[in-house]
Amino acid sequence: MAAMLEVNDINVYYGAIHAIKGISLTVDEGEIVTLIGANGAGKSTTLRTISGLLTPKEGTISFLGQSIAGVPAQEIVRRGISQVPEGRRIFANMTVMENLELGAFTRTDKDGIGQDYEMVFQRFPRLLERKEQAAGTLSGGEQQMLAMGRALMSRPKLLLLDEPSMGLAPLLIREIFNIIVDINQAGTTVLLVEQNANMALSIANRAYVLETGRITLSGDAKELAASEKIRKAYLGG
Amino acid sequence: MDFGSLLVQQLINGVSLGSIYALIALGYTMVYGIIKLINFAHGDIYMVGAYVGFFAITTLGWGIFPALLVSMAVTGLLGMVVERLAYKPLRHAPRISVLITAIGVSFFLEYATMYFVTPTPRTFPDVFSSAGITVGGFVVNGQQLLSFAITLVLMVILTYIVQKTKIGKAMRAVSFDTETAQLMGIDADRVISITFGIGSALAAAGGVLVGVYYNSIDPLMGIMPGLKAFVAAVLGGIGVIPGAMAGGLILGVVESLVSGFLSSTFRDAAAFAILILVLLFRPAGIFGKNTQEKV
Repeated sequence: MAAMLEVNDINVYYGAIHAIKGISLTVDEGEIVTLIGANGAGKSTTLRTISGLLTPKEGTISFLGQSIAGVPAQEIVRRGISQVPEGRRIFANMTVMENLELGAFTRTDKDGIGQDYEMVFQRFPRLLERKEQAAGTLSGGEQQMLAMGRALMSRPKLLLLDEPSMGLAPLLIREIFNIIVDINQAGTTVLLVEQNANMALSIANRAYVLETGRITLSGDAKELAASEKIRKAYLGG
Repeated sequence: MDFGSLLVQQLINGVSLGSIYALIALGYTMVYGIIKLINFAHGDIYMVGAYVGFFAITTLGWGIFPALLVSMAVTGLLGMVVERLAYKPLRHAPRISVLITAIGVSFFLEYATMYFVTPTPRTFPDVFSSAGITVGGFVVNGQQLLSFAITLVLMVILTYIVQKTKIGKAMRAVSFDTETAQLMGIDADRVISITFGIGSALAAAGGVLVGVYYNSIDPLMGIMPGLKAFVAAVLGGIGVIPGAMAGGLILGVVESLVSGFLSSTFRDAAAFAILILVLLFRPAGIFGKNTQEKV
């Protein structure tokens, strides 16, 4: 069976800067795949390209057998890929509920949307308590939960997560990662970008290591976590 | 008239003038909120609105309300066309390029209108000669009632659209963070186009009301109210919709008080003095606020 997401030798530029230099990766249905690497390695750029915010100059991206390179971002969501962007990017001046409504923007099935609000509030009970509150007044962890809940509201087949641990306390990071595993077990495929390689490798099936726009290593997450090279470069020992 | 009654009468004049400023200011503020452009052609959109209303009433012989609706629809469409042809190709250009383009569009609309309808001022027909009402000795004339009532209705509708409807929420989302809005599946280009349409339609309503109020329209009539409405938008906090409403009303009242108690010569000076004071002491405007991002 073909992979759910297939990124094939893409090159992405920011003006004259060659940010992604021939990256290929695959994500199979049901997996958690993680993309780890240092700051500036091109992790976010890869996600932004898959989401349609950037267009690769060369290379192909296909999702469920259809080419999506160059398809506008708003259309990618409709195809079933949803992203939790780096820094959460919640709509701070709108309420928690309005943020979730926007997450369901592409949908018209009222009943299904209603069920999914329930699902999100069940997963993130703190959002229910703060339903009518302006999203900007939430704590960092709550904002991350909101960003994830909002992304789930489009009922994605593939969820892209960009640095969900950023700026959060260790305890909260653990909570967020447990939720990612739950979401995955409920049937959503996950592509996770992380600087916190330890945490990411602990929940992922497979991993890719990115260095200055290139994939330098890839393989089974457990094996990578055990490898000497990775331990030295990313796991602080 | 004694001081007290002069004051009340000027307040009445000020509110009706201010409600028209508010209608124009809304378009400025909505467009700024969504693409960070001071659309200097907005005053000319308002002028075109006045002319469309004028021809609907004179040539087609329509009443004020159908003329108002048609003017809003036609001018709203014009706003969308202007955005599509002049601003959309510059979406990723430096802001100064778009600003200069807006000034170009402004001249284009002014002189294209002159070409088609001649620069001669037209007398706006007396379509709303309701006697008005007298409350405790103060006169609120028919035109003032009309402009205040229509402004109120339009603002209620706009607030409803922006706060409650799906497109309104999409507008707020694009305005807050365009890229993230796209990640929600929102077509930002379409939302921007609709924003221009709504803003232009509101300006058109202002144009028709000014025609009714002052009985005279001409192709350059948009310049001064355009600048004043810009002041109103900055005063209320550019990008903030209730700010434009409040800013317009405050500006109208201040101008009326200055004309009533000092001299109408100082009217325009007062408006621009407000702009200077706001920029010096509260650049974010009355309702402007800085939301801080938590990391």
